[in-house]
Amino acid sequence: MSTILEVRGVSKRFGGLVAVSDVSFSIDEGEILGLIGPNGAGKTTLFNVVNGVYKASQGTITFAGKDITHCSPDQVVHFGLARTHQIVKPLNELTVLDNVTVGACFGREYLDMAAARKVASEVLQRVGLGDRADMMARSLTIAGKKRLEIARALAAKPKLLLLDEVLAGLNPTEIAAMIELVRKIRDGGISVLMIEHLMQAIMSLSDRIVVLNLGRKLAEGKPDEVVHNSDVVEAYLGFPDIVDKLTRME
Amino acid sequence: MILRRPFFWIILLVAAGFVYAPLHGNNVSLREDLILIAIAIILASNLNLMIGYTGYVNFGHIVFYGLGGYVGLYLTTVRGWNLVLSALVAGVVVSVFALLFGLAILRLRGAYFALATIGILQAVQAFVSNFDPWGRSTGMYLSFNSYQSLGGARHALWITYFLIIAVMALSMIVSLAIKNSKFGLGLFAIREDEDAAVVLGVNATMYKAIIYSVSAFLPAVAGALMFFKNGMIDPSIAFEYMLSLEGIVMLMLGGQGSVIGAALGGSLYEKLRSYLLTSPVLSNFHLVIAGGLLLMVVLFAPGGLIGWVYRLVPRARKVIE
Repeated sequence: MSTILEVRGVSKRFGGLVAVSDVSFSIDEGEILGLIGPNGAGKTTLFNVVNGVYKASQGTITFAGKDITHCSPDQVVHFGLARTHQIVKPLNELTVLDNVTVGACFGREYLDMAAARKVASEVLQRVGLGDRADMMARSLTIAGKKRLEIARALAAKPKLLLLDEVLAGLNPTEIAAMIELVRKIRDGGISVLMIEHLMQAIMSLSDRIVVLNLGRKLAEGKPDEVVHNSDVVEAYLGFPDIVDKLTRME
Repeated sequence: MILRRPFFWIILLVAAGFVYAPLHGNNVSLREDLILIAIAIILASNLNLMIGYTGYVNFGHIVFYGLGGYVGLYLTTVRGWNLVLSALVAGVVVSVFALLFGLAILRLRGAYFALATIGILQAVQAFVSNFDPWGRSTGMYLSFNSYQSLGGARHALWITYFLIIAVMALSMIVSLAIKNSKFGLGLFAIREDEDAAVVLGVNATMYKAIIYSVSAFLPAVAGALMFFKNGMIDPSIAFEYMLSLEGIVMLMLGGQGSVIGAALGGSLYEKLRSYLLTSPVLSNFHLVIAGGLLLMVVLFAPGGLIGWVYRLVPRARKVIE
């Protein structure tokens, strides 16, 4: 399997604050990589550096063999790297279909309007928003808006999809449906890098997990290796041996 | 295709009406009324490209009209060029000027951009008021010879009128074409959420600069024609700040983002204004009424006339563009 994204030695500083410090990891084609860590660990900042919203202070980012370290977000999309936002950003006064058409028009294939509309309708069916195509994006529910985020990103025909907390704020039924959707996306041949707080979900979805804490990479590995890593447990719960203690108490 | 849009043919029909009505019976006073309406429609339609489509409020839009007038009058009078060529060159020159300024000030957003547009208007006015070749604050006068080449003054005024009507029709057609294009969709995305648009692949910096420049072209051409018709220009009438503000009132009144809305707002407001200006009681109050009108629209019908129609009949969105 070949590498689709390689992040090497990336740091991001805001003045004196180091938000991300010397982080390296890579994603293989067809893989789902989970990115977890406590609040403020730098996960979303790392996303923003990868897709070009922020410029990296140090390090390089290589996507599908191209150096994209200095690319702007709109260029990165043309190469095939799309993302969703943790805080949804619907284009409120446009219809759901138009929202997704924007993604298709300015995505990897840079389609014209007619072709983009066709792709947009297909994608809306795929994410389960087919019957809401003519609604204004503003009037969707939060679950609908999260699906819309994914639909717009998918319409760009990406090779790699960055998902920023797509499960947050959803109810259990919606979560189950969303997990199913992410699996389908991967099975369609798109690699996924996802930030998620919901441990059960990320454990069952991810092939591998990277843990960030205070801007640094704390651990990396298969899901069950990572949760038993004492550094990770300490970062999340505060005591390195709490798992042992809790087990002994039973 | 734009030819298949019914609205395209409606625009042509309206333009034909504008041409026919005063020509029938050689009604010069009707022509003068219609010319003001046409100018209002041109200004409102092109301002709509910035405010209604892209979400950037331009308080200094009139600067394009005034500069176009200056360049046009300079070329026809001092250089002796013919009218059509002068007007087109004025349009191109002002568009290039807008592109350069746009790249500089479109980094700003919201209120800061709006402030910068006022700054540009003031700066250009101050520059022109001190620019010797353009007659400083006394401005320039058209030499009568310029009318001769168009077959005398009476003929020349009619020709200018037809050209202005053509620019009016073109303004609406450009608005319609952009609205239905991929370029327009990119602009709408910027209007709704610029950060999201960029992440979706829209090159916002370039799109904004291009639309700013496009929105300068036809007003500049119209300015060249209009000041040729008036026969004189000076900084205070070329860069009339009030007209710039009234352009925004027209747009809000008709409904920003809509092609018909801009045209409707432009003509209604212009009608109202000429009524108020000529009425002996109200003549000093037209700006008071404009302000009140703007307040009412913003408070009770933020989408303007067309927005109100959309709300009553949601399906109208697909028909009325």
